[in-house]
Amino acid sequence: MSAAPTPTHVSPTQESAVTPTVPTTEAMPTEEQHGIKEHSDGRFGFVPVQTRSGRFKSVNVADFAPVTGREAVWKLSPVAKFTDLTAGDLDGSTYQVDSTPSADVTVAWVDRTDPRIGTAGAPEERAAANAWTSFEQALAITVGGEEAKEITVSRAHLGSAPRGAHTIIEAKPFSQAVVILENVGEARLTENVEIILGDSANLTVVTLQEWNDGAVHLANHFATIGRDARLKHIVVSLGGSIVRVNPSVRLAGSGSDTELLGLYFADAGQHLEQQVYVNHDAPNSRSRVTYKGALQGKGARTVWIGDVLIGRQAAGTDSYEQNRNLVLTEGTRADSIPNLEIETGDIKGAGHASATGRFDDEQLFYLQSRGITEEEARRLVVRGFLIEIVQQIGSPALEDRLQAAIEAELRGTEEK
Amino acid sequence: MSVLEIKDLHVSVETDQGTKQILRGVNLTINEGEIHAIMGPNGSGKSTLAYTIAGHPKYHVDSGSILLDGEEVTTMTVDQRARAGLFLAMQYPVEIPGVTVTNFLRTAKTAIDGEAPAIRTWIKDVRESMSRLRMDKSFAERNVNEGFSGGEKKRNEILQLELLKPRFAVLDETDSGLDVDALKIVSEGVNRAKENTGLGLLLITHYTRILRYITPDFVHVFVDGRIAEQGGPELADRLEDEGYDRFLTESNVG
Ligand SMILES: Nc1ncnc2c1ncn2[C@@H]1O[C@H](COP(=O)(O)OP(=O)(O)OP(=O)(O)O)[C@@H](O)[C@H]1O
Ligand SMILES: [Mg+2]
Repeated sequence: MSAAPTPTHVSPTQESAVTPTVPTTEAMPTEEQHGIKEHSDGRFGFVPVQTRSGRFKSVNVADFAPVTGREAVWKLSPVAKFTDLTAGDLDGSTYQVDSTPSADVTVAWVDRTDPRIGTAGAPEERAAANAWTSFEQALAITVGGEEAKEITVSRAHLGSAPRGAHTIIEAKPFSQAVVILENVGEARLTENVEIILGDSANLTVVTLQEWNDGAVHLANHFATIGRDARLKHIVVSLGGSIVRVNPSVRLAGSGSDTELLGLYFADAGQHLEQQVYVNHDAPNSRSRVTYKGALQGKGARTVWIGDVLIGRQAAGTDSYEQNRNLVLTEGTRADSIPNLEIETGDIKGAGHASATGRFDDEQLFYLQSRGITEEEARRLVVRGFLIEIVQQIGSPALEDRLQAAIEAELRGTEEK
Repeated sequence: MSVLEIKDLHVSVETDQGTKQILRGVNLTINEGEIHAIMGPNGSGKSTLAYTIAGHPKYHVDSGSILLDGEEVTTMTVDQRARAGLFLAMQYPVEIPGVTVTNFLRTAKTAIDGEAPAIRTWIKDVRESMSRLRMDKSFAERNVNEGFSGGEKKRNEILQLELLKPRFAVLDETDSGLDVDALKIVSEGVNRAKENTGLGLLLITHYTRILRYITPDFVHVFVDGRIAEQGGPELADRLEDEGYDRFLTESNVG
């Protein structure tokens, strides 16, 4: 296949929550949908004002204007509720970290001069830049060895003063590991996490947000993936008042591969957000993005934005992203916005899907007609909906724990 | 002895064009151990009757009643009806993503019996029923009806019939979409369930084909929302030869 590398831009928006669970946008990887010859939305040749890769970046907070809430990165976030993190002084000191022992994995505080810092990405907004400007030392999790292993790194004592932090997760060439970042307790935190995969590394990063009710957590994860390396990245957000975790992944080496998964469960008054960005920047790279969320209770709010950029040099790209939301009660709002930008015609496939819906009455009827009560039927359906993500984590202990956490969230439904 | 009585049942459904009357006075009594076949043309209201017995929220009972051993069923919730001993094998079984057949069956059995089944015998029962219905073991770990063929969905319905042991079951076109081998397997499953539990059956069908394997005690012809004629098994043969034209003409005139 050959075509001129004209950028195209697809950006359907689905909001809120009253449609049945049918895909509102569906694009399977077929030749017609590469966005070059013919595009499904007919906007052939439309050149966006700015491509995703062209966004302003800086590690210095002073380079960013004060946040108004009108910026593309902030327009769906309750920015007035965390001005301390975007505009205030941050505590950038080290904090208590607990980690499980694991052979060939070191966890250490390193200086700002560590050469790995800044190699995976740079802030595109003010809260992230504020964290970058403020952190005193970075927490470095370094994975070596070729055997499979698992490590859990926990933060439970961040306190409620505004804080900035920086973390590096490096997987050396040919290493493999599951790294679980566990977050509980109080927090008002803005942070950057750099994830660096050497050639042929195989790394799973799970970031688990089970903060206390009042916590605010703004995180940017920047990953760069080497030749033939594979990153599985999983965002699980259950607890906290405002939790915004934005993974940004650059497929930098040829044959690199990423699986980006997310699971969130927003209760009354909770704001859970994720802006996912996949940058296909090398030939024959593959990405799969699957985020699933449930919303229940008044004011439960979720945001998912999924940007995929298939760059000029990304021939042979294979990419698919999807977001599905299940609305359990009235008074919630789910935004789901997939964007696909394609700069080369020579790709294997690119597609996206987004759907937000209520319970399927026929499913509930079927279960109830077998004697199962309505409450139990609802639980089964939600559990079934979210389980797809849990099952892909690859850590049996964590999978069991998350199942239990989802059960607890579901019990919360009935109490309200 | 158990009995399911349907008395002068009138049922309507809300559509975009307003309220639509579907059932217009259905009377039917099924005793435990009896097999009743209901035959009728497309759109005559057979599935509506089935769904109404099971309590589907779309169907509104305007008047009449459904009694199970004298107890009013129409005021029960869907799950209460199932626990009271009613079962519906659906014409179009629903897919339940993320819920495995094993988990679903155990949850349903626990709900119906009011206690979890003894694990050893339960696993054995499930395995044996599946093998008799020629369902591969792998189905146990698949999500309910997800990606099942039409015939596999029907077998899964009969699997539930065998394991949940209802007192009365309505089988809505369980025969449709089955090839002759599958039809035999499914029919054997139904006959087995009847032998084992002595349940009463309401068999809804379009064709007489299934009646070669499951012999009805009574045949009812369903036209335009009510029973137009009833008789013994010989009525099915007559329908096979003559079709429904006779009844359709009558109902048009009336
Ligand atoms: N939920 C519904 N909404 C609107 N109309 C309905 C609904 N359910 C049934 N009907 C209408 O009621 C009539 C009876 O439908 P029903 O499905 O009960 O017929 P049936 O005898 O089972 O037909 P078939 O042999 O095709 O299965 C049809 O005209 C159908 O279109
Ligand atoms: Mg029908």
